[in-house]
Amino acid sequence: MTEAAPTPPHPGPLRLDAEVLAVRRTGPYRQLTLAADGLAERFRPGNVISVRVGGETSGLLARRSLWIHRVRPTGTWGGTVEVVVEPTGPGSRWLGGLGEGDVVPVVGPLGRPFALPKEPVTCVLAGHGRGTAPLVPLAERLRERGCVVHLLATADDEAHLFGALDLRRVARSVTVATGDGSVGVRGRIADALPALLDRTEADVVYGCAPRADLHALAAEAEARGAWSQTALEVPAPCGTGLCHGCPVPVVAPHGGTRVVRGCHEGPVFRGDRVRWHELVAAP
Amino acid sequence: MTGLLLGDGSFPGRVWVASGCGGTGRELSSYVDLTRLGAFVTRTITLQPRPGSTAPRIRELPGGLLHDSSEQSPGLDSFLATELPWLAQQQLPVVVSIAAREPGEYAELARRVGASPGVRGVEVNLSAPAAADDPQLRARMTNTFQLAKVLGTVRAEVPRGVPVLAKLGPGDDVVALARAAGDSGADAVVLVNAAPARAADGRSMALSGPALHPLALRAVARVREEVPALPVVAVGGIGSGTDARAFLDLGAVAVQVGTACLSDPAAAARIADALDAQPDRQSDRQPDIAPRGGR
Repeated sequence: MTEAAPTPPHPGPLRLDAEVLAVRRTGPYRQLTLAADGLAERFRPGNVISVRVGGETSGLLARRSLWIHRVRPTGTWGGTVEVVVEPTGPGSRWLGGLGEGDVVPVVGPLGRPFALPKEPVTCVLAGHGRGTAPLVPLAERLRERGCVVHLLATADDEAHLFGALDLRRVARSVTVATGDGSVGVRGRIADALPALLDRTEADVVYGCAPRADLHALAAEAEARGAWSQTALEVPAPCGTGLCHGCPVPVVAPHGGTRVVRGCHEGPVFRGDRVRWHELVAAP
Repeated sequence: MTGLLLGDGSFPGRVWVASGCGGTGRELSSYVDLTRLGAFVTRTITLQPRPGSTAPRIRELPGGLLHDSSEQSPGLDSFLATELPWLAQQQLPVVVSIAAREPGEYAELARRVGASPGVRGVEVNLSAPAAADDPQLRARMTNTFQLAKVLGTVRAEVPRGVPVLAKLGPGDDVVALARAAGDSGADAVVLVNAAPARAADGRSMALSGPALHPLALRAVARVREEVPALPVVAVGGIGSGTDARAFLDLGAVAVQVGTACLSDPAAAARIADALDAQPDRQSDRQPDIAPRGGR
Protein backbone atom coordinates (compact mmCIF):
# COMPACT_ATOMS: atom_id res chain seq x y z
CA MET A 1 0.00 0.00 0.00
CA THR A 2 1.34 3.35 -0.94
CA GLU A 3 0.80 5.12 2.35
CA ALA A 4 2.22 2.47 4.64
CA ALA A 5 5.55 4.23 5.16
CA PRO A 6 6.18 5.19 8.76
CA THR A 7 4.92 8.61 9.70
CA PRO A 8 7.80 11.05 10.16
CA PRO A 9 8.46 12.07 13.75
CA HIS A 10 6.59 15.37 13.51
CA PRO A 11 3.99 16.43 16.03
CA GLY A 12 1.52 17.04 13.20
CA PRO A 13 -1.10 14.78 11.67
CA LEU A 14 -0.68 11.03 11.34
CA ARG A 15 -0.57 9.26 8.00
CA LEU A 16 -1.58 5.65 8.20
CA ASP A 17 -3.38 2.80 6.50
CA ALA A 18 -6.35 2.33 8.79
CA GLU A 19 -8.14 -0.97 9.07
CA VAL A 20 -11.92 -0.89 9.26
CA LEU A 21 -12.82 -2.47 12.60
CA ALA A 22 -16.57 -2.06 12.53
CA VAL A 23 -19.33 -0.73 10.28
CA ARG A 24 -22.65 0.28 11.76
CA ARG A 25 -25.72 1.26 9.75
CA THR A 26 -27.62 4.22 11.16
CA GLY A 27 -30.49 5.09 8.85
CA PRO A 28 -28.95 6.27 5.59
CA TYR A 29 -25.52 6.61 7.23
CA ARG A 30 -22.61 4.25 7.81
CA GLN A 31 -20.57 4.68 10.96
CA LEU A 32 -17.05 3.44 10.38
CA THR A 33 -14.69 2.62 13.22
CA LEU A 34 -11.08 2.71 12.04
CA ALA A 35 -7.92 1.57 13.80
CA ALA A 36 -5.83 4.70 14.33
CA ASP A 37 -3.29 4.50 17.11
CA GLY A 38 -2.19 7.90 18.34
CA LEU A 39 -4.99 9.84 16.68
CA ALA A 40 -7.11 10.29 19.81
CA GLU A 41 -4.24 12.00 21.60
CA ARG A 42 -4.00 14.58 18.80
CA PHE A 43 -7.74 15.08 18.32
CA ARG A 44 -9.79 18.14 19.14
CA PRO A 45 -13.51 18.50 18.28
CA GLY A 46 -13.96 19.96 14.80
CA ASN A 47 -10.95 18.09 13.39
CA VAL A 48 -11.38 15.90 10.32
CA ILE A 49 -9.59 12.99 8.78
CA SER A 50 -8.81 13.05 5.08
CA VAL A 51 -9.14 9.71 3.36
CA ARG A 52 -8.14 8.36 0.00
CA VAL A 53 -11.03 6.58 -1.69
CA GLY A 54 -11.43 3.86 -4.28
CA GLY A 55 -8.55 1.59 -3.37
CA GLU A 56 -5.02 1.32 -4.69
CA THR A 57 -5.88 1.46 -8.39
CA SER A 58 -8.52 4.13 -7.89
CA GLY A 59 -9.18 6.76 -10.52
CA LEU A 60 -10.59 8.99 -7.78
CA LEU A 61 -7.68 11.37 -7.31
CA ALA A 62 -9.18 13.79 -4.81
CA ARG A 63 -9.25 12.91 -1.15
CA ARG A 64 -12.37 13.17 1.00
CA SER A 65 -12.56 14.89 4.37
CA LEU A 66 -14.74 13.38 7.08
CA TRP A 67 -15.75 14.88 10.42
CA ILE A 68 -14.37 12.96 13.34
CA HIS A 69 -17.32 11.73 15.38
CA ARG A 70 -15.55 9.89 18.16
CA VAL A 71 -12.05 8.83 19.18
CA ARG A 72 -10.81 6.27 21.67
CA PRO A 73 -7.18 6.31 22.79
CA THR A 74 -7.13 2.65 23.82
CA GLY A 75 -9.30 -0.40 23.45
CA THR A 76 -9.25 -3.98 22.28
CA TRP A 77 -7.69 -2.87 18.99
CA GLY A 78 -5.67 0.07 20.29
CA GLY A 79 -6.69 3.60 19.39
CA THR A 80 -9.69 4.13 17.11
CA VAL A 81 -11.47 6.90 15.25
CA GLU A 82 -15.11 6.92 14.22
CA VAL A 83 -16.54 8.77 11.22
CA VAL A 84 -19.98 9.05 9.64
CA VAL A 85 -20.40 8.47 5.92
CA GLU A 86 -23.43 9.42 3.88
CA PRO A 87 -23.22 7.58 0.55
CA THR A 88 -24.12 10.21 -2.05
CA GLY A 89 -21.23 10.30 -4.54
CA PRO A 90 -18.60 7.90 -5.88
CA GLY A 91 -16.21 8.48 -2.97
CA SER A 92 -18.73 8.22 -0.16
CA ARG A 93 -20.40 5.22 -1.80
CA TRP A 94 -17.03 3.45 -1.86
CA LEU A 95 -16.52 4.32 1.80
CA GLY A 96 -20.04 3.18 2.61
CA GLY A 97 -19.34 -0.16 0.96
CA LEU A 98 -16.29 -0.92 3.11
CA GLY A 99 -16.44 -3.85 5.46
CA GLU A 100 -14.48 -5.13 8.43
CA GLY A 101 -10.85 -5.77 7.56
CA ASP A 102 -10.75 -3.35 4.62
CA VAL A 103 -8.06 -0.68 4.69
CA VAL A 104 -8.37 3.07 4.09
CA PRO A 105 -5.42 5.46 3.75
CA VAL A 106 -5.99 8.15 6.38
CA VAL A 107 -4.34 11.45 7.23
CA GLY A 108 -5.37 13.26 10.36
CA PRO A 109 -6.44 14.79 12.56
CA LEU A 110 -6.50 17.86 10.34
CA GLY A 111 -7.86 21.37 10.40
CA ARG A 112 -8.58 24.08 12.90
CA PRO A 113 -10.92 22.79 15.63
CA PHE A 114 -13.80 24.50 17.42
CA ALA A 115 -12.61 27.23 19.75
CA LEU A 116 -13.71 26.58 23.31
CA PRO A 117 -14.88 29.26 25.74
CA LYS A 118 -12.62 30.02 28.68
CA GLU A 119 -15.58 30.52 31.02
CA PRO A 120 -18.40 28.05 31.78
CA VAL A 121 -20.96 29.72 29.51
CA THR A 122 -24.17 28.64 27.81
CA CYS A 123 -23.74 27.14 24.34
CA VAL A 124 -26.13 26.17 21.57
CA LEU A 125 -24.95 23.47 19.19
CA ALA A 126 -26.81 23.20 15.88
CA GLY A 127 -26.24 20.45 13.35
CA HIS A 128 -28.00 19.40 10.17
CA GLY A 129 -28.03 15.73 9.20
CA ARG A 130 -24.67 14.10 9.84
CA GLY A 131 -23.43 17.61 10.80
CA THR A 132 -24.22 16.64 14.39
CA ALA A 133 -21.40 14.06 14.24
CA PRO A 134 -18.59 16.46 15.23
CA LEU A 135 -20.90 18.17 17.75
CA VAL A 136 -21.01 15.08 19.97
CA PRO A 137 -17.35 15.23 21.09
CA LEU A 138 -17.67 19.02 21.23
CA ALA A 139 -20.63 18.77 23.61
CA GLU A 140 -18.68 16.40 25.83
CA ARG A 141 -15.69 18.74 25.90
CA LEU A 142 -17.92 21.71 26.72
CA ARG A 143 -19.62 19.81 29.54
CA GLU A 144 -16.22 18.97 31.02
CA ARG A 145 -15.62 22.70 31.17
CA GLY A 146 -18.84 23.32 33.01
CA CYS A 147 -20.71 24.79 30.05
CA VAL A 148 -24.46 24.37 29.62
CA VAL A 149 -25.18 22.76 26.25
CA HIS A 150 -28.40 23.00 24.27
CA LEU A 151 -28.74 21.07 21.05
CA LEU A 152 -30.63 21.78 17.86
CA ALA A 153 -30.65 18.74 15.59
CA THR A 154 -32.18 19.24 12.17
CA ALA A 155 -32.47 17.11 9.06
CA ASP A 156 -34.42 16.90 5.85
CA ASP A 157 -36.53 14.12 7.35
CA GLU A 158 -36.60 11.80 10.34
CA ALA A 159 -34.34 9.18 8.73
CA HIS A 160 -31.54 11.71 8.31
CA LEU A 161 -31.53 12.88 11.93
CA PHE A 162 -28.24 11.86 13.50
CA GLY A 163 -26.78 11.82 16.96
CA ALA A 164 -29.71 13.33 18.85
CA LEU A 165 -29.78 10.36 21.23
CA ASP A 166 -26.05 10.62 21.96
CA LEU A 167 -26.43 14.29 22.60
CA ARG A 168 -29.38 13.85 24.93
CA ARG A 169 -26.88 12.55 27.51
CA VAL A 170 -24.87 15.73 27.56
CA ALA A 171 -27.34 18.40 26.47
CA ARG A 172 -29.66 20.19 28.85
CA SER A 173 -32.24 20.43 26.06
CA VAL A 174 -32.62 18.90 22.63
CA THR A 175 -34.70 20.57 19.94
CA VAL A 176 -35.51 18.66 16.78
CA ALA A 177 -36.62 20.10 13.46
CA THR A 178 -37.16 18.36 10.14
CA GLY A 179 -37.70 19.80 6.72
CA ASP A 180 -40.80 17.70 6.16
CA GLY A 181 -42.08 18.01 9.71
CA SER A 182 -41.93 14.22 10.18
CA VAL A 183 -40.51 14.72 13.66
CA GLY A 184 -40.11 17.81 15.81
CA VAL A 185 -40.98 21.21 14.44
CA ARG A 186 -41.03 21.79 10.69
CA GLY A 187 -38.10 23.72 9.28
CA ARG A 188 -34.36 24.10 9.21
CA ILE A 189 -31.80 25.75 11.49
CA ALA A 190 -32.86 29.22 10.41
CA ASP A 191 -36.45 28.49 11.50
CA ALA A 192 -35.79 26.86 14.87
CA LEU A 193 -32.66 28.66 16.07
CA PRO A 194 -34.01 32.15 16.90
CA ALA A 195 -36.46 30.91 19.56
CA LEU A 196 -33.77 28.66 21.04
CA LEU A 197 -31.28 31.50 21.25
CA ASP A 198 -33.88 33.77 22.84
CA ARG A 199 -34.84 31.12 25.39
CA THR A 200 -31.31 30.09 26.35
CA GLU A 201 -29.57 33.46 25.98
CA ALA A 202 -26.60 31.51 24.66
CA ASP A 203 -23.17 33.13 24.64
CA VAL A 204 -21.71 30.87 21.95
CA VAL A 205 -23.38 29.15 18.99
CA TYR A 206 -21.66 26.22 17.29
CA GLY A 207 -22.84 24.85 13.96
CA CYS A 208 -22.07 22.15 11.43
CA ALA A 209 -24.46 22.21 8.51
CA PRO A 210 -24.77 23.19 4.85
CA ARG A 211 -23.61 26.65 3.88
CA ALA A 212 -27.01 28.39 3.90
CA ASP A 213 -27.82 27.06 7.37
CA LEU A 214 -24.46 28.20 8.74
CA HIS A 215 -24.93 31.61 7.19
CA ALA A 216 -28.28 31.94 8.97
CA LEU A 217 -26.73 30.68 12.19
CA ALA A 218 -23.92 33.23 12.03
CA ALA A 219 -26.40 36.03 11.37
CA GLU A 220 -28.70 35.02 14.25
CA ALA A 221 -25.74 34.80 16.62
CA GLU A 222 -24.36 38.14 15.57
CA ALA A 223 -27.77 39.80 15.93
CA ARG A 224 -27.74 38.74 19.60
CA GLY A 225 -24.11 39.59 20.30
CA ALA A 226 -23.16 35.91 20.62
CA TRP A 227 -20.02 34.29 19.21
CA SER A 228 -20.46 31.73 16.50
CA GLN A 229 -18.19 28.91 15.38
CA THR A 230 -19.16 27.42 12.04
CA ALA A 231 -17.79 24.10 10.78
CA LEU A 232 -17.78 24.39 7.03
CA GLU A 233 -17.89 21.56 4.55
CA VAL A 234 -15.97 22.58 1.44
CA PRO A 235 -14.70 19.77 -0.80
CA ALA A 236 -10.99 19.55 0.03
CA PRO A 237 -9.15 17.77 -2.81
CA CYS A 238 -6.01 17.21 -0.74
CA GLY A 239 -7.29 17.91 2.75
CA THR A 240 -3.80 18.81 3.89
CA GLY A 241 -3.35 22.39 2.69
CA LEU A 242 -1.15 21.53 -0.28
CA CYS A 243 -3.38 22.45 -3.22
CA HIS A 244 -5.35 25.60 -2.37
CA GLY A 245 -8.37 23.89 -3.93
CA CYS A 246 -10.90 24.67 -1.17
CA PRO A 247 -11.09 28.48 -1.11
CA VAL A 248 -13.01 30.23 1.65
CA PRO A 249 -13.30 34.03 1.50
CA VAL A 250 -12.94 35.60 4.93
CA VAL A 251 -12.77 39.11 6.35
CA ALA A 252 -9.20 40.38 6.13
CA PRO A 253 -7.61 42.22 9.07
CA HIS A 254 -7.94 45.57 7.27
CA GLY A 255 -11.55 44.92 6.30
CA GLY A 256 -11.13 43.56 2.78
CA THR A 257 -11.50 39.95 1.71
CA ARG A 258 -8.82 37.33 2.03
CA VAL A 259 -9.17 33.89 0.50
CA VAL A 260 -7.93 31.10 2.74
CA ARG A 261 -7.92 27.32 2.56
CA GLY A 262 -11.00 25.69 4.04
CA CYS A 263 -9.03 22.60 5.02
CA HIS A 264 -6.13 24.42 6.63
CA GLU A 265 -7.34 27.73 8.07
CA GLY A 266 -10.71 25.95 8.63
CA PRO A 267 -12.82 23.90 8.59
CA VAL A 268 -14.08 25.76 11.65
CA PHE A 269 -14.38 29.51 11.20
CA ARG A 270 -15.77 32.29 13.32
CA GLY A 271 -19.17 32.85 11.72
CA ASP A 272 -18.70 36.60 11.54
CA ARG A 273 -15.42 36.22 9.61
CA VAL A 274 -16.77 34.25 6.64
CA ARG A 275 -17.86 36.18 3.54
CA TRP A 276 -20.93 34.02 3.14
CA HIS A 277 -22.18 35.72 -0.01
CA GLU A 278 -18.86 35.18 -1.80
CA LEU A 279 -18.63 31.53 -0.85
CA VAL A 280 -20.06 29.48 -3.67
CA ALA A 281 -21.31 26.15 -2.47
CA ALA A 282 -20.21 22.97 -4.11
CA PRO A 283 -22.85 21.48 -6.42
CA MET B 1 22.55 10.59 -5.06
CA THR B 2 24.43 12.70 -7.54
CA GLY B 3 24.16 16.45 -7.57
CA LEU B 4 22.38 18.07 -10.45
CA LEU B 5 23.73 21.17 -12.16
CA LEU B 6 21.52 23.57 -14.05
CA GLY B 7 23.28 26.62 -15.39
CA ASP B 8 25.35 27.79 -12.45
CA GLY B 9 22.97 26.37 -9.86
CA SER B 10 23.06 22.96 -8.25
CA PHE B 11 20.36 20.75 -6.78
CA PRO B 12 20.85 17.82 -4.45
CA GLY B 13 18.26 15.54 -6.04
CA ARG B 14 16.20 14.66 -9.06
CA VAL B 15 12.73 14.62 -7.52
CA TRP B 16 11.17 18.00 -6.95
CA VAL B 17 7.75 19.12 -5.78
CA ALA B 18 5.87 20.85 -8.59
CA SER B 19 4.43 24.34 -8.40
CA GLY B 20 1.11 24.62 -6.61
CA CYS B 21 1.17 21.14 -5.10
CA GLY B 22 3.18 21.61 -1.91
CA GLY B 23 1.20 24.32 -0.14
CA THR B 24 3.55 26.85 1.44
CA GLY B 25 6.01 24.04 2.21
CA ARG B 26 5.15 23.94 5.89
CA GLU B 27 2.15 21.67 5.35
CA LEU B 28 4.27 19.32 3.25
CA SER B 29 6.86 19.04 6.01
CA SER B 30 4.37 17.06 8.11
CA TYR B 31 4.55 14.23 5.57
CA VAL B 32 7.88 14.51 3.80
CA ASP B 33 11.42 14.88 5.05
CA LEU B 34 12.13 17.98 3.00
CA THR B 35 15.82 17.14 2.75
CA ARG B 36 14.75 14.19 0.53
CA LEU B 37 13.62 16.64 -2.15
CA GLY B 38 15.77 17.94 -4.97
CA ALA B 39 13.87 21.22 -4.82
CA PHE B 40 10.59 22.78 -3.76
CA VAL B 41 8.84 24.83 -6.45
CA THR B 42 6.48 27.38 -4.93
CA ARG B 43 2.99 28.07 -6.16
CA THR B 44 3.01 30.73 -8.86
CA ILE B 45 3.61 34.17 -7.41
CA THR B 46 2.29 37.28 -9.12
CA LEU B 47 3.25 40.85 -8.30
CA GLN B 48 -0.18 41.74 -6.92
CA PRO B 49 -2.36 39.43 -4.82
CA ARG B 50 -4.94 37.45 -6.78
CA PRO B 51 -7.97 36.03 -4.99
CA GLY B 52 -8.47 33.20 -7.47
CA SER B 53 -11.87 31.73 -8.19
CA THR B 54 -14.57 30.58 -5.82
CA ALA B 55 -15.24 26.96 -4.91
CA PRO B 56 -15.31 24.42 -6.38
CA ARG B 57 -11.90 24.89 -7.91
CA ILE B 58 -11.04 21.29 -8.58
CA ARG B 59 -13.12 18.62 -10.25
CA GLU B 60 -12.40 14.95 -10.36
CA LEU B 61 -12.20 13.25 -13.74
CA PRO B 62 -11.34 9.73 -14.76
CA GLY B 63 -7.55 9.89 -14.94
CA GLY B 64 -7.04 13.44 -13.88
CA LEU B 65 -8.06 16.52 -11.99
CA LEU B 66 -9.56 19.51 -13.70
CA HIS B 67 -8.60 22.62 -11.84
CA ASP B 68 -9.56 26.20 -12.19
CA SER B 69 -7.08 28.24 -14.14
CA SER B 70 -7.43 31.59 -12.38
CA GLU B 71 -4.76 30.79 -9.87
CA GLN B 72 -4.69 32.32 -6.42
CA SER B 73 -1.56 34.22 -5.45
CA PRO B 74 -0.65 35.94 -2.20
CA GLY B 75 1.21 38.65 -4.12
CA LEU B 76 4.96 39.17 -4.03
CA ASP B 77 5.13 41.32 -0.87
CA SER B 78 3.19 38.83 1.21
CA PHE B 79 5.11 35.88 -0.21
CA LEU B 80 8.49 37.43 0.56
CA ALA B 81 7.39 38.44 4.06
CA THR B 82 5.46 35.37 5.22
CA GLU B 83 6.28 32.30 3.09
CA LEU B 84 9.79 32.52 1.69
CA PRO B 85 11.63 33.09 5.01
CA TRP B 86 10.43 29.74 6.41
CA LEU B 87 11.25 27.91 3.18
CA ALA B 88 14.69 29.50 3.05
CA GLN B 89 15.49 28.09 6.50
CA GLN B 90 14.85 24.51 5.38
CA GLN B 91 17.55 22.31 3.98
CA LEU B 92 16.14 22.29 0.47
CA PRO B 93 16.57 24.45 -2.61
CA VAL B 94 13.65 26.78 -3.22
CA VAL B 95 12.56 27.50 -6.78
CA VAL B 96 10.07 30.36 -7.01
CA SER B 97 7.45 30.14 -9.74
CA ILE B 98 6.47 33.53 -11.17
CA ALA B 99 3.91 34.80 -13.67
CA ALA B 100 2.88 38.23 -14.86
CA ARG B 101 0.56 39.94 -17.27
CA GLU B 102 2.83 42.79 -18.32
CA PRO B 103 6.49 42.60 -19.40
CA GLY B 104 7.45 45.21 -16.80
CA GLU B 105 6.03 43.05 -14.05
CA TYR B 106 8.34 40.19 -15.01
CA ALA B 107 11.33 42.44 -14.50
CA GLU B 108 10.27 43.50 -11.02
CA LEU B 109 9.29 39.98 -9.99
CA ALA B 110 12.54 38.52 -11.30
CA ARG B 111 14.68 41.22 -9.69
CA ARG B 112 13.10 40.97 -6.24
CA VAL B 113 12.73 37.18 -6.21
CA GLY B 114 16.22 36.62 -7.59
CA ALA B 115 17.76 38.85 -4.94
CA SER B 116 15.95 37.13 -2.04
CA PRO B 117 18.02 34.90 0.21
CA GLY B 118 17.34 31.21 -0.16
CA VAL B 119 16.07 31.35 -3.75
CA ARG B 120 17.96 28.77 -5.80
CA GLY B 121 15.95 29.00 -9.00
CA VAL B 122 13.24 30.97 -10.77
CA GLU B 123 10.60 29.10 -12.76
CA VAL B 124 8.76 31.29 -15.22
CA ASN B 125 5.21 30.03 -15.64
CA LEU B 126 4.88 30.77 -19.34
CA SER B 127 1.85 28.69 -20.03
CA ALA B 128 -0.40 29.82 -17.20
CA PRO B 129 -3.60 28.20 -18.36
CA ALA B 130 -5.38 31.47 -17.55
CA ALA B 131 -3.68 32.81 -20.64
CA ALA B 132 -6.04 30.75 -22.75
CA ASP B 133 -8.79 33.32 -22.15
CA ASP B 134 -6.71 36.40 -22.76
CA PRO B 135 -5.76 36.88 -26.43
CA GLN B 136 -2.93 39.27 -25.63
CA LEU B 137 -1.50 37.01 -22.99
CA ARG B 138 -1.97 33.97 -25.18
CA ALA B 139 -0.04 35.65 -27.95
CA ARG B 140 2.86 36.24 -25.59
CA MET B 141 2.86 32.64 -24.42
CA THR B 142 2.77 31.15 -27.90
CA ASN B 143 4.90 33.62 -29.82
CA THR B 144 8.58 32.75 -29.76
CA PHE B 145 9.66 36.39 -30.07
CA GLN B 146 7.51 37.50 -27.14
CA LEU B 147 8.52 34.53 -25.04
CA ALA B 148 12.19 35.20 -25.72
CA LYS B 149 11.70 38.80 -24.64
CA VAL B 150 10.17 37.74 -21.32
CA LEU B 151 12.91 35.21 -20.61
CA GLY B 152 15.64 37.61 -21.66
CA THR B 153 14.24 40.13 -19.19
CA VAL B 154 14.05 37.60 -16.38
CA ARG B 155 17.52 36.21 -17.07
CA ALA B 156 18.97 39.72 -16.99
CA GLU B 157 17.40 40.48 -13.61
CA VAL B 158 18.20 37.20 -11.86
CA PRO B 159 21.75 36.68 -10.51
CA ARG B 160 23.94 34.32 -12.54
CA GLY B 161 24.12 31.62 -9.89
CA VAL B 162 20.33 31.28 -9.89
CA PRO B 163 19.04 29.25 -12.84
CA VAL B 164 16.01 30.41 -14.79
CA LEU B 165 13.59 27.69 -15.83
CA ALA B 166 10.85 28.17 -18.41
CA LYS B 167 7.69 26.14 -17.81
CA LEU B 168 5.84 25.38 -21.03
CA GLY B 169 2.55 23.75 -21.94
CA PRO B 170 2.02 20.47 -23.78
CA GLY B 171 1.07 22.06 -27.13
CA ASP B 172 2.46 21.23 -30.54
CA ASP B 173 4.56 24.40 -30.46
CA VAL B 174 6.62 23.09 -27.55
CA VAL B 175 9.79 22.51 -29.58
CA ALA B 176 9.84 26.02 -31.06
CA LEU B 177 9.06 27.55 -27.68
CA ALA B 178 11.70 25.47 -25.91
CA ARG B 179 14.29 26.44 -28.49
CA ALA B 180 13.41 30.10 -28.09
CA ALA B 181 13.59 29.73 -24.32
CA GLY B 182 17.05 28.20 -24.46
CA ASP B 183 18.28 30.79 -26.94
CA SER B 184 17.07 33.66 -24.77
CA GLY B 185 18.88 32.53 -21.65
CA ALA B 186 16.71 29.96 -19.90
CA ASP B 187 18.93 27.39 -18.20
CA ALA B 188 16.31 24.67 -18.55
CA VAL B 189 12.74 24.09 -19.60
CA VAL B 190 10.09 22.51 -17.40
CA LEU B 191 7.82 20.25 -19.45
CA VAL B 192 4.85 20.30 -19.14
CA ASN B 193 2.34 22.54 -17.47
CA ALA B 194 -1.28 21.45 -17.03
CA ALA B 195 -3.13 21.19 -20.33
CA PRO B 196 -5.55 24.05 -21.02
CA ALA B 197 -9.05 22.65 -20.88
CA ARG B 198 -12.66 23.64 -20.61
CA ALA B 199 -15.34 22.37 -18.29
CA ALA B 200 -18.71 21.37 -19.67
CA ASP B 201 -20.19 24.52 -18.13
CA GLY B 202 -17.76 26.69 -20.08
CA ARG B 203 -15.35 27.47 -17.26
CA SER B 204 -11.67 27.69 -18.21
CA MET B 205 -9.83 24.89 -16.52
CA ALA B 206 -6.58 23.00 -16.75
CA LEU B 207 -6.05 19.26 -16.74
CA SER B 208 -3.39 17.55 -14.69
CA GLY B 209 -2.77 14.15 -13.18
CA PRO B 210 -2.13 10.76 -14.79
CA ALA B 211 -3.80 11.75 -18.08
CA LEU B 212 -1.07 14.33 -18.58
CA HIS B 213 1.77 11.78 -18.43
CA PRO B 214 1.73 10.64 -22.08
CA LEU B 215 1.37 14.26 -23.28
CA ALA B 216 4.40 15.21 -21.19
CA LEU B 217 6.38 12.20 -22.43
CA ARG B 218 5.78 13.30 -26.00
CA ALA B 219 6.81 16.88 -25.31
CA VAL B 220 9.94 15.81 -23.45
CA ALA B 221 10.93 13.33 -26.16
CA ARG B 222 10.51 15.90 -28.93
CA VAL B 223 12.45 18.61 -27.14
CA ARG B 224 15.22 16.20 -26.15
CA GLU B 225 15.51 15.13 -29.77
CA GLU B 226 15.38 18.51 -31.41
CA VAL B 227 17.06 20.71 -28.77
CA PRO B 228 19.44 18.21 -27.17
CA ALA B 229 21.63 20.80 -25.46
CA LEU B 230 18.72 22.16 -23.44
CA PRO B 231 18.20 20.52 -20.02
CA VAL B 232 14.64 19.37 -19.38
CA VAL B 233 12.92 19.08 -16.02
CA ALA B 234 9.91 16.85 -16.58
CA VAL B 235 6.52 17.13 -14.91
CA GLY B 236 3.10 15.70 -15.66
CA GLY B 237 1.21 12.79 -14.19
CA ILE B 238 4.05 11.24 -12.22
CA GLY B 239 2.61 8.96 -9.58
CA SER B 240 5.27 6.28 -9.27
CA GLY B 241 8.97 5.63 -9.64
CA THR B 242 8.24 4.01 -12.99
CA ASP B 243 6.46 7.15 -14.22
CA ALA B 244 9.45 9.24 -13.16
CA ARG B 245 11.92 6.79 -14.68
CA ALA B 246 10.25 7.13 -18.08
CA PHE B 247 11.21 10.80 -18.14
CA LEU B 248 14.74 10.21 -16.92
CA ASP B 249 15.20 7.59 -19.63
CA LEU B 250 14.28 10.24 -22.18
CA GLY B 251 17.07 12.40 -20.79
CA ALA B 252 15.22 14.63 -18.36
CA VAL B 253 17.62 15.84 -15.64
CA ALA B 254 14.98 15.97 -12.93
CA VAL B 255 11.27 15.38 -12.41
CA GLN B 256 8.58 17.25 -10.53
CA VAL B 257 5.76 15.56 -8.67
CA GLY B 258 2.51 17.50 -8.67
CA THR B 259 -1.02 16.19 -8.54
CA ALA B 260 0.12 12.96 -6.89
CA CYS B 261 0.95 14.99 -3.77
CA LEU B 262 -2.77 15.70 -3.38
CA SER B 263 -3.87 12.09 -3.10
CA ASP B 264 -0.73 11.09 -1.20
CA PRO B 265 1.04 13.95 0.58
CA ALA B 266 4.20 11.85 0.84
CA ALA B 267 4.27 11.06 -2.89
CA ALA B 268 7.45 12.99 -3.68
CA ALA B 269 9.50 11.18 -1.03
CA ARG B 270 7.98 7.85 -2.04
CA ILE B 271 8.97 8.42 -5.68
CA ALA B 272 12.48 9.56 -4.71
CA ASP B 273 12.86 6.35 -2.69
CA ALA B 274 11.62 4.27 -5.61
CA LEU B 275 14.13 5.88 -7.98
CA ASP B 276 16.98 5.39 -5.53
CA ALA B 277 16.06 1.73 -5.23
CA GLN B 278 16.35 1.18 -8.98
CA PRO B 279 19.67 0.59 -10.71
CA ASP B 280 21.00 3.60 -12.56
CA ARG B 281 20.64 3.63 -16.29
CA GLN B 282 21.96 5.70 -19.13
CA SER B 283 20.01 8.75 -17.99
CA ASP B 284 22.04 8.96 -14.80
CA ARG B 285 25.34 9.42 -16.60
CA GLN B 286 27.15 12.68 -16.23
CA PRO B 287 26.75 14.23 -19.73
CA ASP B 288 23.04 14.79 -19.20
CA ILE B 289 23.47 16.76 -16.05
CA ALA B 290 26.50 18.80 -17.02
CA PRO B 291 26.16 22.57 -17.13
CA ARG B 292 25.40 23.96 -20.55
CA GLY B 293 28.23 25.43 -22.49
CA GLY B 294 28.39 29.00 -23.71
CA ARG B 295 27.57 30.77 -20.48
